[in-house]
Order: sequence, then C-alpha cells, then structure tokens
Amino acid sequence: MRLFHYALAAFLLLTAQPPLFAADTIKIGVAGAHSGDLASYGLPSLNAVKIVIDKTNAQGGVNGKQIELLAEDDACKPEMATNAATKLLSEGARLVIGHVCSGATKAALPIYKNAGVVVISPSATSPELTHSGEYPNFFRAIAPDDTQARIDVDFAINGLGAKNIAVIHDKGDYGKGFAEFAKKFIEDSGKAKVALFEGVTPGAVDYSAIVQKIKQSRADAVMFGGYHPEASKIVGMMKRKKLQAAFISDDGVKDMTFIKVAGKNAEGVYASGPKDTTNNPLSIQAFAEHRAMYQSDAGAFYENAYAAALAVVNALKATNGATDLPGLRQALRTEQVDTPLGTISFNAEGDAVGVGFSIFQVRNGQFVEVKQ
Amino acid sequence: MEYFLELICGGLTRGAIYALIALGYTMVYGIIGLINFAHGEIYMIGAFTAFIIATALTIYGFPLAAVVIVAGLAAAVWAAAYGYTVERIAYRPLRGAPRLSPLISAIGMSFFLQNYVLLAQTADFVPFPALIPDFDFLEPYSHIIGASDLVILATTAVVMVTLTCVIRYTTIGKAMRATAQDSAMALLLGINVNRVISITFIIGSALAAIGGLLVASHIGQINFYIGFLAGIKAFAAAVLGGIGSIPGAVLGGMLLGLTESFGTGYISSDYEDVFAFSLLVLILIFKPAGLLGKATVEKV
Repeated sequence: MRLFHYALAAFLLLTAQPPLFAADTIKIGVAGAHSGDLASYGLPSLNAVKIVIDKTNAQGGVNGKQIELLAEDDACKPEMATNAATKLLSEGARLVIGHVCSGATKAALPIYKNAGVVVISPSATSPELTHSGEYPNFFRAIAPDDTQARIDVDFAINGLGAKNIAVIHDKGDYGKGFAEFAKKFIEDSGKAKVALFEGVTPGAVDYSAIVQKIKQSRADAVMFGGYHPEASKIVGMMKRKKLQAAFISDDGVKDMTFIKVAGKNAEGVYASGPKDTTNNPLSIQAFAEHRAMYQSDAGAFYENAYAAALAVVNALKATNGATDLPGLRQALRTEQVDTPLGTISFNAEGDAVGVGFSIFQVRNGQFVEVKQ
Repeated sequence: MEYFLELICGGLTRGAIYALIALGYTMVYGIIGLINFAHGEIYMIGAFTAFIIATALTIYGFPLAAVVIVAGLAAAVWAAAYGYTVERIAYRPLRGAPRLSPLISAIGMSFFLQNYVLLAQTADFVPFPALIPDFDFLEPYSHIIGASDLVILATTAVVMVTLTCVIRYTTIGKAMRATAQDSAMALLLGINVNRVISITFIIGSALAAIGGLLVASHIGQINFYIGFLAGIKAFAAAVLGGIGSIPGAVLGGMLLGLTESFGTGYISSDYEDVFAFSLLVLILIFKPAGLLGKATVEKV
C-alpha cells in the first residue's frame, strides 16, 4: 500500500506542469532534422534560433517575458514531423520555426493550422506551401522554387526583350521543375511565346541536334533548367553553330565551375542565383556570432533561420507578446525587419519579400550582378 | 533542307563517336566472346591522359600540331598499357572459367578504374583544350559541319578500313581470325593465343584512347564518368551492327547516331534514348545477330 502511494506521488510529480513558470515565457518551437542524414540542413537553423533568442532574452525578452526554445527532431521525415508538431503543441509552443524539409513541413502544417500557430520555415521551398493558400499560418524566409523561373522570365522578356524563348531542361527534378515554371510564366505573360520545350539527356556525347533545333525554332533566348556540365556543352555548341540567342539559366549554372569549364564560351551567359549577402553587416555579424558560440562555421540555411527568428521576435514585439494568429500575421506582413538576408517582410501568401534571387552575367570570367 | 543536312552531319558525328568506341568492344568480343565492360573506362583514361599531356605541353608553349601528336600518342600508349594490364589481371586468369565469371570481373574492373580516376584526379568536370583548330575552308559551312566533326568522321573511316585490312591481310590478322574460330586448334597449330588476345586488347584500347581525345576535344570537358555513358551507347551500337564485326560496329554506330539526331530534330529530344533503344530492340527481333553479324552456332 505504501508502495502505491510512492508510485502515485511519482506519477503526479511527472504530470505536473510548472504553471507559474510557463506563464512567464513565450515558447517557440524549432522543428527540423536534428539527427539523421539530413541533420546538416536542420542543425544550423537550431543554432541560429538559439543565438537570436539568447540575444533577445539578454536584452530583457519581449514585453518583459523571456523566450523559451523547444527543439523537436523530425529527421526530415513526414511521419516524424506530425509527431514533432503534436509534441511541440502539447508542450505549449505558440510559434514554430521550421520545419526544414518541404515534405515534413507539408505533413505538419495542418496540425499547426488547427491550433492557430504561426509557422516560419527557414528552408522549405516547395511552391505549393504558400501558393495553394491552404495555410494562412505559414510563412517562409526563403524564396520558393518558382521564384528563379519568374525572375529569369521577367528578365528575358522585360530586360532583354525576348519574344520567342526556347525552354530546355535536363529531365531532372530540379531542372525540369524550373523549366515547367518558366514555360508557364512565359505563356502567362502574353508578351512572348515558348518556341520549344524539350529535355536533353545529361552526359550525351554531343548536343548538336538540339542546338540545331533551337536555331530552327528561331528562338531569341534560351532558358535552361539544369546544372553546369550540360549548360557548358550547350553554350559551346551554340557558339560553334553560330546561334546568337541569349542563354539564361538557374543557380545550378551559377557556379565557378561553369566558367572554368566553358571558358570563353561562358561570356555573356545569364544565370540567376541567391542574392549576394557577403557585404551585409548583419550577415557578417551573424556568422561571427556562430563562430563565437559554436567554434565552427555555420551551415546550410543558417542565415534564413536567423532571419526567420529575427522576424518572429520583431513580430512578437509588435504584438506586445501576444501570440494570436491574426495579430502575428498582421505584424509579419507589415513590419520590415533588417536581417542577414536584407530587409524583409512577408506577402499575403506568406513568402518573404526581399529574399531571393538576382540575375548575374558572366563578364570577363566572373559572375556580375545585373542591375535592372 | 539545310536543317536536314545539319541533322545528318550531327548524327554522323555522334555515330562516328559511338563507332570508335564500339570497335574495341566488337574486336574483343569477336576473339574471346567477352563483353569488356571496362572498355568505356579505357576510353576515359585515354581522354584524361591526353588532357594531362596536352595541358602540360600547352603551358610549355609547344605548337598545336606537336601537342596533338604527342598527346594522341601518349594517350594511345597509356590506354594500351591499361588495356593490356586489365586483360592480364582480370580476364586471363579466368580463361577457362564459366562465361559469367569474366563478365563480372569486367564490371568490377570498370568500377575500379572509374573510382581510381575519381580519387587520383577529381570528381569535377575539367575543361579539355580544343585540340582541333578551325579549318578556314570550312568557315562558310561551319554551322553545318565543324572541323572536329570532320576529323572525327575521317578518323573513324580510316580506322575502320585499316582494321579491316589488318584483320584480312596480315599475319597477325590471320592469327586473330584463327583464335576467334577455334582457340584450342589455333594453339595446337603454334599460334600464341595469349599474345594474340593481348594484341587485340592493345589495339582496341589505343583506338578507344584516340576516340577519347577526339570526343573530349569536341565537347570540351571530361570527368571520370564519361566512359560509362559513352560505353553503354557504344555497346548498343556494337550489338546493333552485329557484335564481332568491324564494319558492323561502324554501321551500328552511325545508325544509332542518325536515329538519335533525327529523333531529336523532328520529334523530341525527350525521347532520344527511347528512339535509340527501340531501334536496337527492333533489329534484334528481326536479326538476332545484328545487322552484319553472322548467326553462328554457340561454340562449346
């Protein structure tokens, strides 16, 4: 009988929440791959949020309240992401920074949506997460996959005045995805038409047939979705076949290897790539903080997570610490925040405004940002 | 009409590239009935050797002609040494083994050589210098047929004719044919069968290296994986033309190249490989030994 009492006491002790303490903090969940083979994508985000929260707390927190961080691992797996989401909510998270992978984010979002919790992903780029309009509680501090296609098409049509664009891809997920968006945006623009839409076989010994076909289609610009090995072969063949069309591609091509391999054929090629942040003082500071705290260089999506955390803290300050969905959403949309990625805010769909890509052109063996 | 001509020229060049590599497959198969899966890697090693020599010589300021000749010779000798060694260590010990054993050994060699170059050189693509200069007389037509296309086509033609003559009219050619027909009988008649097989590997590998140099110069880049992809297409070309037949390898390569070129030009490059392999399936249904292959009774 006495044993039962002990057991009961132990049981009660474990289920008890410290209610006073909980009322004094704002709990922010961080979900992502913190273990497993994709941990290198998730851990830098966790580090970034820790740094920002520590700094905020040291400055007195938000509206007198300290921020508490709850980390939950989803290993980038959708089935683990739903568990992580449920766990975070039951622990009292009122805001979540995550998840890291698009698949995991998509699986967890309905759970957060039902609970009315704001979610900001540092890295989930699947376009439908914001464009579908299904998740009014979702925001992200990274440009979705279709942004590059949009900026490239805008540049081709408005910057270069292209009327007839050949869209070529390498049949891979990344390249074909880019090409399909590019095709859609060209058709929607009404100012230019798609001259050709085709995939090439990566690693083929010769691309003369497809280049002749592009020439035959009288395209004035070639939009290529894929990586630099195929791009350098195609631009080389275009030069050889005396095809003058402009060559515009994605950040799979914006790589120094492309210039090294394509040599003088690379001159004049356009490629979109993430905006250059190396001269942003906040970015320099963020990386220095990481080195000071973890004695190592920050990894993937670190700046994005840092920006997301800054946006969250800023929004909380704007709402005086309230975490209701309409208030936070309003704050995220209207407040401009200075981050390592530049000054950002969020649009109605939840995508970050001011984060994204620029067009670069190869000039004298270097990628130079093209000012529009 | 010009478009049609352009597609023909593009297809022929592509076909000639396949044919140059297919010749090595077909020679080896013709003599010992082995599909040498490491052949694509020998081609890649030839290209890398040429790359290293040509880059070094260019830095020291040698004239282009000297660079091409020295790099070509070095690549041929180096690749021949590799081909000979591969045969010695991976195939000769398995001469009496069941047919499957040397095949597995060949696949192992292919992996080994690929990863060897990956570790010893680089995983990245490296730029290959343009070794074939533009010809002035071709300038008005260079959008239809370029200098490197012409050189590749000519080389393939010369190599095919030379090989056919060597096999038909020389002593070593006679020994090769004897070994192919019945190696036990050839041995009894005093032919050094192992030496004949080694020579076959040496010739095939040297040809692959020349192919590697020409193709790398044509595309302008190489990495450790180029041999695998080119090897698969070349193998298809060899089977298409009738594996074991020298003119068959060239015919098969040309057909494959033209099919891909026209498929891309008039239908869609999305289905390039579909056209190539549909052609292979069709021909094998109606002519199981390939276009120029002789249907022989399986030797015991």
